[in-house]
Amino acid sequence: MTEWLIIGGMVAVTFTPRTLPLLLANRLRLPPRLHQALGYVPVAVLTVIIVQTSFYPAGELQLHWRNPYLWGLVVALISARCQPRLLLTVLLGMCSYALAKWLM
Amino acid sequence: MVLAAVPFGIVFGAMGQAQGLPDYIVLAFSALVFAGSSQFVAMTLIGTGASPLIIILTTWVINLRHMLYGVSLIPTVKHLPLKMRLPMGFFLTDETFATVVNKLSQQPNQQVDPAYFFGSGLLMYSNWVACTYLGIVAGHQFPQLTSFGLDIAMVVAFAGIVVANLRLPSHWVCAGVAAIAGVLTYSWPHKTGLLFSAIVAIIAGVMAEDYVGSKPHD
Repeated sequence: MTEWLIIGGMVAVTFTPRTLPLLLANRLRLPPRLHQALGYVPVAVLTVIIVQTSFYPAGELQLHWRNPYLWGLVVALISARCQPRLLLTVLLGMCSYALAKWLM
Repeated sequence: MVLAAVPFGIVFGAMGQAQGLPDYIVLAFSALVFAGSSQFVAMTLIGTGASPLIIILTTWVINLRHMLYGVSLIPTVKHLPLKMRLPMGFFLTDETFATVVNKLSQQPNQQVDPAYFFGSGLLMYSNWVACTYLGIVAGHQFPQLTSFGLDIAMVVAFAGIVVANLRLPSHWVCAGVAAIAGVLTYSWPHKTGLLFSAIVAIIAGVMAEDYVGSKPHD
């Protein structure tokens, strides 16, 4: 039941922002402030998720080299800086994580 | 573009299966919501026991960027009837938007061809649902696979997306504030810290842009 509630809610909050501008076509003008703020949403949300997942592998802050998530994250960041292919970044990051986990 | 979604679809299916959700629920996420990144976030939040309200609010914030897509497409869909624009919204994912914009840049009249839009949208959609199903099946076959590396897959994929989005100095400010706020609010109940930190970081980014201007980095 809870699952259907979540799905229903997500359908609403996914479909509405996608469709509304298309429907209102000529009549809608976003306030420039909102337009500007929307540009920061991906960086903000994804960074918080990255930090809250990789810094806290077992529910507590582990900012040291024995945390394999940090190895995966650092390699992924370097890879993404150096080349544009996301798939390669994911592969390199996951391999570094696996290697670090295996070595420790 | 379609191929890039394959591993994510499979990982999402396996992740949902590992979360102990029934198969049809996991499939319903992909078939009804059809939004890659917010589905991942929702699945992670379900795993941490966040409340439905927080999950829906977080999804809402993540999906607000789709308004930008819709707004930027306005001049190119004005010629189409309302009936057609309504279902277009359902297929307006990051990938469909990128494909359509790419196509528009190659044609002179700057009008969306509905056949092309729905064609690429349906292709992405069926691929996404099929890969989710594959992931569910894989999760059943190899239960030990799903306990390994799904959250790291998400971390590294998101890291790649964030880096690709760091175009202005203010984007770096936004990411830095998000990281610090994420640590400070980690222990907040029901993952409310996620939403709070994201909003603080967005405000920080906007303020930084006002302060330093929007000169491109390097």
